[in-house]
Amino acid sequence: MSEPKKVSRRQFLNYTLTGLGGFMAAGMMAPMVRFAIDPVFKPAAAGDFHSVADVKEVTNEPQRFEWEVEQVDAWYESTIQKTAWVYRKEDDEIIALSPICTHLGCTVDWASNEEYPKQFFCPCHGGRYTKDGVNVPGTPPTAPLPVFETKVEDGMLYLGEEIAR
Amino acid sequence: MLQKLYDWVDERVDVNPIWRDIADHEVPEHVNPAYHFSAFVYCFGGLTFFVTVIQILSGMFLTMYYVPDIENAWNSVYYLQMEVAHGQIVRGMHHWGASVVTVMLFLHTLRVFFQGAYKKPRELNWIVGVLLFFVILGLGFTGYLLPWDNKAYFATQVGLEIAAATPVIGDMLRTLLAGDQSIVGAQTLTRFFAIHVFFLPAVLFGLLGAHFILIRRQGISGPL
Repeated sequence: MSEPKKVSRRQFLNYTLTGLGGFMAAGMMAPMVRFAIDPVFKPAAAGDFHSVADVKEVTNEPQRFEWEVEQVDAWYESTIQKTAWVYRKEDDEIIALSPICTHLGCTVDWASNEEYPKQFFCPCHGGRYTKDGVNVPGTPPTAPLPVFETKVEDGMLYLGEEIAR
Repeated sequence: MLQKLYDWVDERVDVNPIWRDIADHEVPEHVNPAYHFSAFVYCFGGLTFFVTVIQILSGMFLTMYYVPDIENAWNSVYYLQMEVAHGQIVRGMHHWGASVVTVMLFLHTLRVFFQGAYKKPRELNWIVGVLLFFVILGLGFTGYLLPWDNKAYFATQVGLEIAAATPVIGDMLRTLLAGDQSIVGAQTLTRFFAIHVFFLPAVLFGLLGAHFILIRRQGISGPL
């Protein structure tokens, strides 16, 4: 056993005062930091399904459909417009793609570029996606377009949450 | 009268050495454009500071009319520019100054880089300078949103997507900046306002202080 280290009076005071100062600083900062980072811990808003269109309107060719959603932005409530590219696959399954480019968030259009008539095209940086929303390799987007949850009820198409792929 | 006032204060507080230490020092010949015109490249740092002071002053006055609220932000900017006397000038100073400060800062960085003025013993000051560059870019990014017009909104949309592309913490970073996990809205504007007007300027002042103390202690680098 070695001799226990002696703590001098000066060291003791230094440690305790530094510790006390540290606690006081932490006590001040903790509520402020938690206050600032609160958005990260807020539960994600559960998405409801919204009636978008009559299923008969959905064809094999992607079409733009728009619908309105009540959005609660903290203390501000508003009605916002949502958009999806909707079409029917060969096996009759309905696909609804988000029009937001996964590169930097511009809006993609179906067949808007004459050189690529069978693809989604983003005018900002020339990003392209195939009909099923998968990004074309060699173009800026790094992920496929998100798909909306779909539901058909009483002949109406309902769209829910966006799911990133 | 003024001299008397100065003497009265100086007699008690001894202010002479304070301002002499700040302002009374020789400018070496090789950085004085009066001797060698090419020495104007040494002006960019000072010009950056000068325009920064303009930004701080014009920004202070803009907040007399501006409100960081999504219902009123655009209207308050429109009002202060169109209805308030000299509003166009004050907002114009802040608007154009933001670009000028970035350009001057870039030229200052180029001068320091190509003259090798960042080398030992001035590495620390280079680091402080790079941090200042980031702070200025951050001020430009957050200030761009405040008028809350379409250009501002979609530029921020894109900027947030860039932040979200950060590995691992990207989504969290985006949420922290935007104030909401999916919406760019009311909380984004208040956050950007707080960051633009309080947080980044506080960091800016600290870093500027360090930048100037370091240049004073180490002196300007010698001639090429």
